[in-house]
Amino acid sequence: MEVEILARIQFAFTVAFHYIYPPLTMGLGLLLVLMEGTFLVTGDRLYHRLAHFWTRVFAVIFSIGTATGIVMEFEFGTNWATYSRFVGDIFGSALAAEGVFAFMLEAGFLSLLLFGWDKVGKKTHFFATCMVCLGSHFSAIWIVVANSWMQTPAGYHLELLQNGVRTILPPDYILQAADIGHVRAVIDSFWEMVFNPSSLQRLCHVTFGTWLAGSFLVISVSAYYLIRGRHRRFAEASMTIAIFLAAATSIFQSISADATARGVVQHQPIKLAAMEGVYKTEPYTPMNLFGFVDTAHHKVYSIQIPGLLSLLSFHNIKQPVPGFDQLPSDAFLAARHPGKSPQELAALRPQYWPKVQGVFQTYHIMIIFGSLVFGIAFFSLFLWWRGWLFRTDSFLIRLWLFLLVFSVLFPQICNQAGWFTAEMGRQPWIVYNILKTSQAFSKKVSSDQVLGSLLLFFAVYSLLFFAFLYLLNRKIQHGPDDPEEDPEPLEDGEHNFLYQLVMGSDSSRSSS
Amino acid sequence: MHFLSNLLETVTPYYTIIWFVLVGALFTGYSMLDGFDLGVGVLHLLVSKDEERRIFLNAIGPVWDGNEVWLVVGGGALFAAFPGAYATVFSSFYMPFILLLFFLIFRAVAIEFRSKEPSPLWRQSWDILFAVGSILSSFMLGITLGNLTRGIPLDAEGEFMGTFWDLLNPYSLFMGITVVALFAMHGSIYLVMKTEGALQERVKSWVPYLILLFVACYFTFNFSTLFVSSHLAKVVFSRPWIFGVLAVDMFFLWKVWSFVKKGKELIAFLCSCIMMALLLATFGLTYYPNMVLSYPHPENSITIFNSASTPKTLGLLCIIVILGVPMVVSYTTSVYWIFRGKTRLTDTSY
Ligand code: HDD
Ligand code: HEM
Ligand code: HEM
Repeated sequence: MEVEILARIQFAFTVAFHYIYPPLTMGLGLLLVLMEGTFLVTGDRLYHRLAHFWTRVFAVIFSIGTATGIVMEFEFGTNWATYSRFVGDIFGSALAAEGVFAFMLEAGFLSLLLFGWDKVGKKTHFFATCMVCLGSHFSAIWIVVANSWMQTPAGYHLELLQNGVRTILPPDYILQAADIGHVRAVIDSFWEMVFNPSSLQRLCHVTFGTWLAGSFLVISVSAYYLIRGRHRRFAEASMTIAIFLAAATSIFQSISADATARGVVQHQPIKLAAMEGVYKTEPYTPMNLFGFVDTAHHKVYSIQIPGLLSLLSFHNIKQPVPGFDQLPSDAFLAARHPGKSPQELAALRPQYWPKVQGVFQTYHIMIIFGSLVFGIAFFSLFLWWRGWLFRTDSFLIRLWLFLLVFSVLFPQICNQAGWFTAEMGRQPWIVYNILKTSQAFSKKVSSDQVLGSLLLFFAVYSLLFFAFLYLLNRKIQHGPDDPEEDPEPLEDGEHNFLYQLVMGSDSSRSSS
Repeated sequence: MHFLSNLLETVTPYYTIIWFVLVGALFTGYSMLDGFDLGVGVLHLLVSKDEERRIFLNAIGPVWDGNEVWLVVGGGALFAAFPGAYATVFSSFYMPFILLLFFLIFRAVAIEFRSKEPSPLWRQSWDILFAVGSILSSFMLGITLGNLTRGIPLDAEGEFMGTFWDLLNPYSLFMGITVVALFAMHGSIYLVMKTEGALQERVKSWVPYLILLFVACYFTFNFSTLFVSSHLAKVVFSRPWIFGVLAVDMFFLWKVWSFVKKGKELIAFLCSCIMMALLLATFGLTYYPNMVLSYPHPENSITIFNSASTPKTLGLLCIIVILGVPMVVSYTTSVYWIFRGKTRLTDTSY
């Protein structure tokens, strides 16, 4: 038991830390393509500087993403050996495809992207940028496919291997405790595995999430420059591209979020019940804006909109959303616990529920911050369209820019909260309705080892995070290599950020 | 497409062997590539001027990150083709692998950080971390390889029965040192190719010592294998052509030195790569068909037969390789080509 919990904490911690960086790589990668593409089309050197500067930021993010990614790949074997044996036949091919198609592509062209500015022509360099961006998106594809297979397995059958004899198990076979170590999932159809019921929706959702993360990084740094009155032309151009991407992606993301949620309704109704705390099945099921679940008494205290969950789930305001009183179904329970009376079966239900409070809260954090992200993107676009966004002589605009400086955190919060919803909502299963998490960890690894390595990870990752902030800050303070046309105000740096926020910087006063 | 499916059909019975070779090839690629940049790290503290150290770092600057990807891909391929072996290896070598990860992380951080402040204290601290990280990463790889050679105690389910301390046996620790020596040697030859002038002369003067050090370690190691792993010793003598491969290997090692002396640096480095590949080939030829040797219960060994994925998955993986590898090879060589030549410090350098 203890190894299981520690292994889960370790996995959650390391993957959540990893997932700070890939979204930035992917989003920023796309922005680099847009910036360099604009340079190629217009020939305006400003966009060359944009691409050059953001590439330096990209490099910092990328190297930490790689370092933490290798940890993830090792962890499947170190901490989840039983799981690896069980799904290797299926999961492995996605991971191998990721390595060959995605990581190699990225790493191969990354050096050209970073160090090749003077070594190759600008078209070749642009090509390298595109390949790095493509490579990072490929990594997302394969890893999300693998994870989606765990959420909604498809295109496989189970196989028993004992004393060298293989037996194919029927599709409705239920794994017994004694089977662990002898039964594995075997692939039937690669394409059914890849296009399992949830992968397309989740892939879109994840990808748009990364674009938002990348855009808001650019928006945030540009806003900082604008308030400080530094690199104005540079910051305005960066901000413009990023706001357009953010606003467009917000539209896509709203559509995709709805599709993802309806995928959950269809394929994982228990997860949905946990996300909204639906204990009782009743018509006009309400949706919660925010609140608190009293898990002991099966009650939710919250601000609710009646009927909305039914409406969003089924496009029918009356149709009840199944609640925990019916989930999992009687047939599901009877198959797993033969010979039990209906009352006994009902009492077994809660052991198939995830931790409702956690799923509920993370899900609502995502929605609240997601709405905030969409709102900020559209309002910034509106300010830009009216020509107000860069008028830093106005205190209100500076205040808005100040909010934008912090906005980099919001998509990150959504991304993290989204994963916690998805993964905690999957519990107690590691492969949905087939293999339990408690059956999947490495049997021969001791809790001291996992605890020891967990503590080491805390220490090393704190160092790594500090290193990341330090390097990022240095790149930002150094700024783009400004040519003559954009002279630095001499007194810049004499005033602190707060002073410039309230009083405006000298250059912003003069430029208005 | 028709040709492809025909091809796959004819090779189906040989899938497990093919994947044994391919997984081996990926790890060979890893040791050839990351081997030299780890080796540069091992040698890092042997030069003391800031400029020289910067040249060392910039010699591997554009490529080390890409080299590490081979480890990822090798691990991924092992997972995909032999999940049973992947699970056993990674859970058995829990601590060595976690430590390997930490050392690789420290090393990566040190490379990024060193150039950020001019203060000597700052730079020396990161230099030490870079060198120590490189040495210990190589050492951990060696410990793993040593234990795999010797065999580890596995139960009937293929689960490890020992503890972390069992892995630190003298034989494997010595293999750790051997791998550090090997990478240092390989790295020095890479540096000969990347440096010029007085620095190059210095590096050149290290090469013969490093070669001797490695050869001494390697033969001591092989010799002790005869005693420590009687099982493998028997295998070697039943497959005598392995000695032939070993002889060719030593020939290339000798060639490395003669090309270095003649100033044919690129060829010397390529010979060093071939030498590494043959070295791993002798290991593979001896080890086949085991993936993880069990000792003292050899009947519990994980082999390519009892740990492989289904033919269907292995076939899919073949398609991935056929489509992917030509691309990978073409752009990897292009990148090395674009960054060929001596390392010079510019304002984008570390
Ligand atoms: C910037 C990123 C971002 C934003 C703005 C949103 N999400 Fe999200 N969400 C993610 C980033 C994300 C994610 C990190 O990409 C997840 C985690 C796993 C996954 O497939 O996507 C996710 C998961 C996820 C899931 C769980 C899927 C599963 O369990 O398989 C649901 C139901 C939603 N999202 C729904 C929404 C809704 C209704 C949003 C409305 C505001 C929303 N998301 C905004
Ligand atoms: C798409 C690739 C991913 C795969 C294949 C994957 C797979 C897994 C596996 C094997 C576990 C351990 C078993 C378990 O506890 O369920 C796990 C747990 C977990 N993962 Fe993921 N994961 C992925 C991405 C992520 C990301 C990006 C995050 C967060 C940012 C995340 C958050 C978590 C958390 C929080 C847990 C622990 C949840 C719990 O056990 O209660 N996962 N995932
Ligand atoms: C358990 C889950 C995961 C595993 C095992 C994993 C594995 C890895 C590995 C081994 C690397 C390093 C590759 C290299 O050396 O270049 C890496 C980097 C990367 N991963 Fe993950 N990853 C996981 C989750 C995710 C998720 C959910 C995404 C995106 C949606 C993602 C996207 C990326 C990207 C874009 C990179 C490139 C480097 C970077 O930007 O940081 N990964 N991952």
